[in-house]
Amino acid sequence: MLLLGASGSGKSTLLTHLAGLTDDRGGGEAEGELRVLGQPPQVSRARTALVLQDPESQIVMARAGDDVAFGLENRGVPTDEIWPAVRGALDAVGWPYGPNRPTDQLSGGEQQRLALAGILALDPDLLLLDEPTASLDPDGAALLRATLERILAERPLTLVVVEHRVAEWLPLVTRIVVMAEGGGILLDGTPADVFVGHDEALARHGIWTPDHAGRRPARPVVPPAVESVIVAEQLTAQPPLADRPVFARLDLTIRTGEITALVGPNGSGKSTLARLLGGLLRPQSGEVTASEAMAPGHAGSVIWRWPARALVTRIGFVFQDPEHQFLTGRVADELALGPRRAGVAEPEAVKRASELAERLRLGGVWDANPFTLSGGEKRRLSVATALATAPRAVILDEPTFGQDRRTWDEMVSLLAGLADSGRAVVMATHDRPLVEALADRTLRLGAGT
Amino acid sequence: MQLRRPALANPTAFLPAADAIIKLGAATAVMAVAFLSRDAVTPAILLAGEGIGLALTGLRARDLVRLLAPLVVVAAVIGLTNSLLVAAPAGGLEARALVGLALALRILAIAIAGVLALATTDPADLSAGLIGHLRVSPRLAVGALASLRLVPILGTEWQTIGLARRARGVDAGRNPLVAVRLWLSAVLTLLVATIRRSTRLALAMDARGFDSGVPRTLARPPRLRRSDWLLLGAAIGFALGAVAISVALGTWVFLFG
Repeated sequence: MLLLGASGSGKSTLLTHLAGLTDDRGGGEAEGELRVLGQPPQVSRARTALVLQDPESQIVMARAGDDVAFGLENRGVPTDEIWPAVRGALDAVGWPYGPNRPTDQLSGGEQQRLALAGILALDPDLLLLDEPTASLDPDGAALLRATLERILAERPLTLVVVEHRVAEWLPLVTRIVVMAEGGGILLDGTPADVFVGHDEALARHGIWTPDHAGRRPARPVVPPAVESVIVAEQLTAQPPLADRPVFARLDLTIRTGEITALVGPNGSGKSTLARLLGGLLRPQSGEVTASEAMAPGHAGSVIWRWPARALVTRIGFVFQDPEHQFLTGRVADELALGPRRAGVAEPEAVKRASELAERLRLGGVWDANPFTLSGGEKRRLSVATALATAPRAVILDEPTFGQDRRTWDEMVSLLAGLADSGRAVVMATHDRPLVEALADRTLRLGAGT
Repeated sequence: MQLRRPALANPTAFLPAADAIIKLGAATAVMAVAFLSRDAVTPAILLAGEGIGLALTGLRARDLVRLLAPLVVVAAVIGLTNSLLVAAPAGGLEARALVGLALALRILAIAIAGVLALATTDPADLSAGLIGHLRVSPRLAVGALASLRLVPILGTEWQTIGLARRARGVDAGRNPLVAVRLWLSAVLTLLVATIRRSTRLALAMDARGFDSGVPRTLARPPRLRRSDWLLLGAAIGFALGAVAISVALGTWVFLFG
């Protein structure tokens, strides 16, 4: 079963309720009755299993085998029965390593498969997955789904999965439930029942449909003035402790009016390249310089040497986790911060902030604390702050991560608009539909290239 | 800032294979003697014994040097400073030098005993030992183990937060006051990130039945072998032997004597 719904419709909350993991200590209100496998969920807890979105924070132990054993230990399974069960669970997810593999050397996809093995070892009847592939690259996500498909064929499991992107999950599910914004169930039925003829209603609730992906926004046939702004020459990046660089002697020119996508599997150096282009990191070798168009009078200057207040007027950078960027306690101050730092007069800074808030639907949360916003609002705010100083180039790291269809659509038209108004846009992303919808140029990074 | 767990020693070597709690006990015995003896002879004998211990760690010479070099420097600096500052002892320069030497050797003996026990121990084994031998509550021991795993992740996160500040146009330039203020606000952001991450980790641990009231078992229960008892006996015997030799030589000075 696939559970759909807009951001904030309570999908994840419902999953934790089903898993019997809520208690009254946390505050908030809950009404109504829930029966899982004919019992209250706190009682059925031992027969349900939950996998969360973030693979990194659900691994407990330093070795893969110990991590799978963790749940069995908690269950009080005798020691001599633990290891056969661990081996069985690792085999079920197609584990490519031995049980002593250190868990901090796993990719995101491998961590998610390990998490899956950890709950399969407990032999659950009900499998609850909360956006299990959201942080995986396309290949890692496909492998996880294939693993699940095989497990479902072998075991009599009930699967409930929450995901935004539906197309890839359709082969695995027989029933789709759509949660309405503000409570209640919008639709419930087979994939055909749910998707045929309801496109408009689903779109209104911010819900993805299988064929929605990759619709290209209208873009001018002839791009506006194309000028190079950032020039990278002979860039090489090698993570500490790695025995070879993730990319070597890379040349790249970023131009205005163009959207450049950086793609590649986890660990291929997308984020590192984005940070190098954004002047946040000092390259180990090679150089990233600005053109005359980017920094009048400073053509050829090395970007990472710029003071922060110069950088912010020229390049806007959006991090994957918006919370890392927030610096003030109020949305209004957050928006005005960049212009203030750049020396813009106060009335003008406030004016720009309110224009941006208007444009990105943040007017309603003008006085709110950024940390208390919803996921979509945080994303819009982090993009708005990057635009506040009207930079020539905007660089984004996974701008659509975990966003529902409405925010996704807004992001697509916003980025298209930025390029069309003469900015350079660079995005590092796993999101194939986003690349298909927007990229004028795609740079594929892979191990060792 | 990059925080990484140091590569574990070869797990089949003698010390890494020994029981975690036994190693802690053995190290404690040596540390106690080094702490309580104020002369230079006792810690010198202890250090000679610890040399044997170092050979049993299975660590490569290069890693050993990297591990121990900072300790030697710190001990030498503290010893030297103390020999200069010590309140005019009877006997002049030579006595001063001896006071510093004794202190440096004691610090080194204590530190190396700690390194021998901890650098050869997988945190998971330590946690299992605490639960298995010392009946420490699993909630505490496993909880601590799980949070230890988050440390390198937080290191990466701290780095990202620093970069994000630069991207927002905020840096301290040369103003130390601004630097302190920025550092504090970055710590706050890291705190929020840490709380969110630990909440998720706690949820994931709950989802796998952690601390649900069922008596917990251990996948790799610590088993004491004869070699473990030998190790403990050897360490205690050696520590007391060092005192005995020093007393016989007439050099031993008790810390509170």
